[in-house]
Amino acid sequence: MSNIPSELKYVASHEWIREEGDGVVTIGVTDHAQELLGDVVFVELPDLDAELASGDETGVVESVKAASDVYAPLSGTVIAINEDLEESPELVNSDPYGDGWFFKIKLSDPEELDELLDADAYAEQCESE
Amino acid sequence: MTKTTPLHAQHLALGAKMVDFSGWDMPLHYGSQVEEHHQVRADVGLFDVSHMTIVDVSGGQAAAYLRYLLANDVARLKHAGQALYTTMLNEQGGVIDDLIVYRMTEPGTNEWFRLVVNCGTRDVDLAWMVDCAVRFDVSLNEQPDLAMVAVQGPNALKLTASVLSESRARLIDGLKPFQGQESEGWFIARTGYTGEDGLELMLPDEEVVAFWQALIDAGAKPCGLGARDTLRLEAGLNLYGADMNQQVTPLEANLAWTLAWEPEERRFIGRDALEKQRNEGVPTKLVGLVLEGRGVLRSHQKVLVGKVGESVGEGEITSGGFSPTLGCSVALARVPAATGDTAEVEVRGKKLVVKVIQPPFVRRGKKQFS
Repeated sequence: MSNIPSELKYVASHEWIREEGDGVVTIGVTDHAQELLGDVVFVELPDLDAELASGDETGVVESVKAASDVYAPLSGTVIAINEDLEESPELVNSDPYGDGWFFKIKLSDPEELDELLDADAYAEQCESE
Repeated sequence: MTKTTPLHAQHLALGAKMVDFSGWDMPLHYGSQVEEHHQVRADVGLFDVSHMTIVDVSGGQAAAYLRYLLANDVARLKHAGQALYTTMLNEQGGVIDDLIVYRMTEPGTNEWFRLVVNCGTRDVDLAWMVDCAVRFDVSLNEQPDLAMVAVQGPNALKLTASVLSESRARLIDGLKPFQGQESEGWFIARTGYTGEDGLELMLPDEEVVAFWQALIDAGAKPCGLGARDTLRLEAGLNLYGADMNQQVTPLEANLAWTLAWEPEERRFIGRDALEKQRNEGVPTKLVGLVLEGRGVLRSHQKVLVGKVGESVGEGEITSGGFSPTLGCSVALARVPAATGDTAEVEVRGKKLVVKVIQPPFVRRGKKQFS
């Protein structure tokens, strides 16, 4: 069974969201997602300062198995990207909720946070797949 | 019904991610297929390949039969223990399967051969082999009770010898590449599918668990089908069903080197079609592609050949993936014969420039192209 930390929020497309305060969130892909992907070999992230709308395709994870799109779970401006993933994409596998984070955004519509799944709801969704 | 090998319980206990492979429940990886890949290139990896089909061919006309059935010539095997890689073709020259033949006895009376064929083509192969055997004095015996383990990597021979009896260790010590020898119910061959030195061992089902465990205790790491695929791709070794099939001839599959044209009077199945194709010109070829930038080449992506305005045509990737050894993506692709040294591949809506090379990409841990 994959790890689903209770303090994080989730979306059905297997991204996790951590609230950092001041309307800033960190985003990555879940343990369940990295298990499905297998070894990650490349990660393509959005550009700094990019304006994202919730649901936009904003990056790609290429694994040994397949290419998967990364979606913006919330709307906002990209204020940081994890440059370590360029040299060490395997961090997505080894530490999906820590060093394997993808990017941070400053939310433009914090009310969207209310639409996210909590850990229980996300776990239920993973099981039903 | 799903088939399992005698090592199935070991795979589950090791935490393998299991997948269906031609009806067999097999390990894809035991955690990280990239680490397993590096393990084989740097040290020793261990593969359960018991799903492969072993067929022994014996009888007064065993050699004559195989010289008719196979595109390579078993007459090249002068002594017991020698092996060769070959295709088995249909009348149109299309590849029914690729396989290894081991000569098990010295030429002469009571000679016999062992064939190892793909599990995905087992039923088609056996039916074809039986059909072709009609006018020969031969018998074909599948060996479903033999397990098969591949120990691969620069330290494979040394490590395997260290867990076996003195006589088997001596046998391993004396094996040249592409040779195999019997030893008290075991067959030990210096062959493989990774581009590294290594062994493939066939042994009774009931002995394989203890052998597997002894190898792991000695430091060999179990590797799954995922690493097996990237290793063989780097080594430029074709995968049946992906890089070749019944619609493709060996000349279109980078396997001309496996065809024994001499002696001319040996009229093996498919020869007429191959001679015709050779004389008329082979329309396509199987090449290697290297993507030096980011991105991963995948099977069935379209390959665009030629400069703007003078298109040579299109091809298709037959096997693609990430090469852990090179740190970039590589692929095998079937392309028009006139393809030069670069091409473009459509990857997720973008056209990426790739280098076109003659496979392999990697052998014995070393990059094989510039």
